[in-house]
Amino acid sequence: MMTRNAAVKVMSGNEAVAAGALAAGVRFFAGYPITPSSEIAEELSVMLPRSGGVFIQMEDEIAAMGAVIGASLAGSKSLTATSGPGFSLKQENIGFACMAEVPVVIVNVMRGGPSTGSPTMPAQGDVMQARWGTHGDHPIVVLAPNSVRESFDLTVRSFNLSETLRTPVILLLDEIIGHVNEKLTVPDSVEVVDRKRPDVPPAEYKPYRHTEDKVPPMATYGRDGYRFHVTGLAHDESGFPTNNPEEIEKLALRLHAKLERYRDEVVDIERVACDDAEIGIFAYGATSRSAYQTVREARAVGIKVGLLRPRTLWPFPDREVRAFAEQVRTIIVPELNLGQMAHEVEWAAAGACPIDPLMRIDGQPISPRQILERVERAAKGDHL
Amino acid sequence: MSFDYDQYLRLDKFPTIFCPGCGDGIILKATLRAIDHIGLDKDQVMMVSGIGCSSRTSGYVDVNTLHTTHGRALTFATGIKMARPDLHVIVITGDGDGTAIGGNHLIHAARRNIDITVLLFNNWIYGMTGGQVSPATPTGDRASTAPFGSIEPNFDIVQLAKGAGASFVARETVARPVPLERVIEKAIRKKGFSLVEIMTPCPTMYGRRNKAGDGVQMIEYLKDHSVSESRYTQLDDEEKDDAIVTGTFVDEERPEYTDEYRKLVERVRAH
Repeated sequence: MMTRNAAVKVMSGNEAVAAGALAAGVRFFAGYPITPSSEIAEELSVMLPRSGGVFIQMEDEIAAMGAVIGASLAGSKSLTATSGPGFSLKQENIGFACMAEVPVVIVNVMRGGPSTGSPTMPAQGDVMQARWGTHGDHPIVVLAPNSVRESFDLTVRSFNLSETLRTPVILLLDEIIGHVNEKLTVPDSVEVVDRKRPDVPPAEYKPYRHTEDKVPPMATYGRDGYRFHVTGLAHDESGFPTNNPEEIEKLALRLHAKLERYRDEVVDIERVACDDAEIGIFAYGATSRSAYQTVREARAVGIKVGLLRPRTLWPFPDREVRAFAEQVRTIIVPELNLGQMAHEVEWAAAGACPIDPLMRIDGQPISPRQILERVERAAKGDHL
Repeated sequence: MSFDYDQYLRLDKFPTIFCPGCGDGIILKATLRAIDHIGLDKDQVMMVSGIGCSSRTSGYVDVNTLHTTHGRALTFATGIKMARPDLHVIVITGDGDGTAIGGNHLIHAARRNIDITVLLFNNWIYGMTGGQVSPATPTGDRASTAPFGSIEPNFDIVQLAKGAGASFVARETVARPVPLERVIEKAIRKKGFSLVEIMTPCPTMYGRRNKAGDGVQMIEYLKDHSVSESRYTQLDDEEKDDAIVTGTFVDEERPEYTDEYRKLVERVRAH
């Protein structure tokens, strides 16, 4: 029997990001128009005023990134959304958010690059930029959904991780996931996490205290008498600039230790038919949707193939990939770039099995058949 | 009774990074007196700065302070003001930070007429990085990256802010600390985007290279060359070239951005 549920909707990945952000408690969005991410801004330009939040279209991408950091420091959960060229422009201020430990969520709906590239075509060329786009040593959290459902869920998770870890989180969609329309059952409510507040009076408050869990409690500007200083300069526990080598190192190492401490909670992997797999596929985002089909077709003809699909790209699931590499004969890595993640897989596999990159950069998706050809070649044992 | 600056300062962060003869301390003192005269609660004051000597001011003031990236103070400040319209947001910037790398944000913040006060310290030079030419360096003057004299016209920052739509625009110099304090007070009180361009000497990086003398001599220069708008019209062409026109050039009531946004939210939610 058919049942009607008012919360079941058909929407795009971009719309699901907007819906997920609202469910997670977003109160502030600043952005700048750019294809193929603009629907996120358009959707929130309707929904945020309706819910009493703030929507603002800034004069450029840099300004949008600055505005979300400011709003977060002032106590609002904040989001910005962009695509390749805009993501490049945001990088300096993303570094500020890393250094000053400001929770914000940055969505990058990937398109072809470099430069203006192919604005309306899918690509996965920003996975390394998401990791290393801003200068200096810094950890970062990057999530990559492969459906409308996950665009919603991982947006919520991005906010929750950014609040838990007091760090910027990047949500990487590709053009296909941003624009594909699928059914989404919007939950009545989701689990929402808020940043840890100071547990000491203002006079004793240190905004960058080296706590045991590595996450310093975060006060809000203009609330409860906590007057504190935030800077992108290297700083000590008090938040003020320092040239003391010990303090500089302590800060940099704590930022890394923070991510290391929460690494197992942040890493998130889907395994498809991996238990008895002899041939492996490592795929993420839209490309993993083709890989699902490949696994079905290969299994139908008796080839034991399994898919390892990270929802968290960074921190990279190195231990999980290593274990997979020890199990299978080869790992095929299809991706819409020239092997950015294949290099990382190879490094993690550390020679345990050969890596077979399947690269496509003509603005077209990788088909299930293309991956299947590699699987069949591997099954015959002439893959290298 | 002398004014108690200490109540507004983070004395443990002193001494400041400012050089002997720098005018930035005079602006800091005038700003604190203005804040005190208005009677602002320190918890309700948000000071946001960019990068450069001027922008280090925020670290010394015992209010909410944010030291951002180069040129971007106004973008962070816009986010804060939209999230918390009840805070008094003051942006500290310089001629390089505010009109070169941050020029786009300056004109758009002015255009929106968002209730932020910009105190733009104009010392005609990039001081912190070693005396490079800025958009405000007077044509012909020397800088470490204009060793033969600048061939570029310099910005008229007052006209820039005025043209972009600021509802309060003024210029003052550190040679006149009392009018400076008063104009900063007016700017903070203004509901809307306000900008005060404050002429301040950099004897270390500008003065030496341009034989302008030490800090005292440079302040004397500012004093001698400051003229009101009405006096300016009576000067001959040669005098006009060197004149620093001080005073308030724009003081208008115009719709303010956070107010307009609040009204939009009320309108949308009423339906």
